[in-house]
Amino acid sequence: MSSTGTEPILQVQDLVKHFPVQLGVVFKRTVGHVRAVDGVSFDLRRGETLGVVGESGCGKSTLAQVLMRLEPPTAGAVRFHGEDIFGKRGKDLKALRRQIQIVLQDPYTSLNPRMTVGDIVGEPFEIHTEVAPKGERRRKVQELLDVVGLNPEHINRYPHQFSGGQRQRIGIARALALRPEVIICDEPVSALDVSIQAQVMNLLGDLQTEFGLSYIFIAHDLSVVRHLSDRVAVMYLGKIVELGTEDEIYNRAAHPYTQALLSAVPVPDPSVRAGRQRIRLTGDVPSPVNPPSGCRFRTRCWKATEICAEEEPALEVRQGGHHPSACHHAEEQHLLPG
Amino acid sequence: MTDPASLGTAGPLAEASHDLVAGPAATTDGPERPRSLAADAWHDLRRRPLFLLSVGLIAVLLVLAAVPQLFTSVDPSAGDLARSRQAPSAQAWFGYDLLGRDVFARTIHGTRVSIIVGVLATTLTVLIGGSMGLLAGFYGGWIDGMLSRFADVFFGLPFVLGAIVILSTFRESVGAGPVGITALVVLTMSALSWPVTMRIMRSAAIAARNQDYVRAARGLGASAPRVIWRHMLPNCLAPVLVYATIALGAFIGTEATLSFLGIGLRDPVVSWGVMISEARDYLRVAPFLLLFPAAFLAVTVLAFVMLGDAVREAFDPKGR
Repeated sequence: MSSTGTEPILQVQDLVKHFPVQLGVVFKRTVGHVRAVDGVSFDLRRGETLGVVGESGCGKSTLAQVLMRLEPPTAGAVRFHGEDIFGKRGKDLKALRRQIQIVLQDPYTSLNPRMTVGDIVGEPFEIHTEVAPKGERRRKVQELLDVVGLNPEHINRYPHQFSGGQRQRIGIARALALRPEVIICDEPVSALDVSIQAQVMNLLGDLQTEFGLSYIFIAHDLSVVRHLSDRVAVMYLGKIVELGTEDEIYNRAAHPYTQALLSAVPVPDPSVRAGRQRIRLTGDVPSPVNPPSGCRFRTRCWKATEICAEEEPALEVRQGGHHPSACHHAEEQHLLPG
Repeated sequence: MTDPASLGTAGPLAEASHDLVAGPAATTDGPERPRSLAADAWHDLRRRPLFLLSVGLIAVLLVLAAVPQLFTSVDPSAGDLARSRQAPSAQAWFGYDLLGRDVFARTIHGTRVSIIVGVLATTLTVLIGGSMGLLAGFYGGWIDGMLSRFADVFFGLPFVLGAIVILSTFRESVGAGPVGITALVVLTMSALSWPVTMRIMRSAAIAARNQDYVRAARGLGASAPRVIWRHMLPNCLAPVLVYATIALGAFIGTEATLSFLGIGLRDPVVSWGVMISEARDYLRVAPFLLLFPAAFLAVTVLAFVMLGDAVREAFDPKGR
């Protein structure tokens, strides 16, 4: 696999996923829609890691489910190597499954408790029988366990006999089995201890170098995303509000929401912490069933003016900026010390 | 078996210490032998006293059911009114019933029908209700709606009323042969009982469907049959299995109820239920008429419940 780093491998255009809100037992009527993902566009390049951050309920995980084709999209297109993934059926869809895989958030529910590790990691080979002949599967599974840093002898153990970090490694081995080009990591470390988080992230980083993987790395923790990501997309209420390289987002954030998130990142140095500017957001995230008009962040934004309520800001490169942000009053600011 | 947790439940001390010696030797021999969940469960079950006891009891009952002639040479339907309601004696261990028939012979011969009725009715109930519940829970939507409403229709029928209607309607058409009478009772009980199993299975399936491991399997491209068979079924079976063991006992009892009402099994079929219902009127003068079939019934139900409990525990990997 080449890693030129420029050609887009996955193109997401105006992706929309609405969940109907239904009332009634027998005759259901739709009273509204949860706009979980509401017009998201980005490119993923070969060999890069795109971080997706945002608070709970902003649509990150729904985005992952739609990209995995576990949920049908309401509108929009996703192209993988130029081919629309939502048009694929049967054989083509199965071939696509080999290329895009997912690592799920909770290592305690993402592994079938009644299957051994060997069965779990070997299941991809059973589904895609053309990848490995029957006699080789066991050896392949042991190789995978070795690659993710587990003892290959533990192939007959059950998931409950492992710790959270080890279980997440099993989940990674399963995603890696088919040698996919893209792995979607849906908050892979948020259920783990901080010390284990670092180990798992380092593993993901090593695997990327080794296998030339592209990651979509979803998290709600900015510092976790920074560790791995080449580019970062910040989501708020189903929309991307800012998209830029790691340096652009962390050192020159332009959107007030990103700035607020960055100002909340813990700083280990007390002397720096004392003189630090903190942006406190008030209020709650508005309901995604009934989002505010215009800019969705305006209800919690200290910069909000009339135009914010009337006109929805597009995700574009603003005057005086270098990367796209969806704010009428975008202004680059350096917030993180060091 | 080097897992120290398993030693605590291993039972006899001698066995446990044997494991301690054998454990390290087995691991130095080479990598663990691959074992399926079923093989693991079997390995685990063999050292549970409750399991061994229940299996022993069930084995005896099955032998009784299969070859009753081995245990008694008396004809269970040969009656002599001269010895009506005679108490147990050396000649007739369980005494004689109202018509002077040997209670021991009847109890032994009744095992077959009682167990057949219980096992068949439970199997049918679990198969019908389980598969429908699994499909309803997995697919949801209109399939779930249709199956659930269909189950509600059967659920709405009061059991005894439904049984009276079905049994009295088809009573004539099955004739007087023991096979026909038994089959009708089994079918009636299953037809009226499967909605419970279906609901248990459906709720378990709905819970399992939203689990992350099902999502991961679908993300890998697993087909619906594979997801149902490999992921849903093993994780949904436990509650149904537990219900089935209870239901097995209940079905044997239900058979007695129906027989008592005069619509279930009847002569020439001999079953514990028939015997219990016959004994009811003479409880005070001849309690042994009720005691022996009822004791066999209770022991059988207990054995199946213990078996179900042991099997459920063995198949639950968290307990290992």
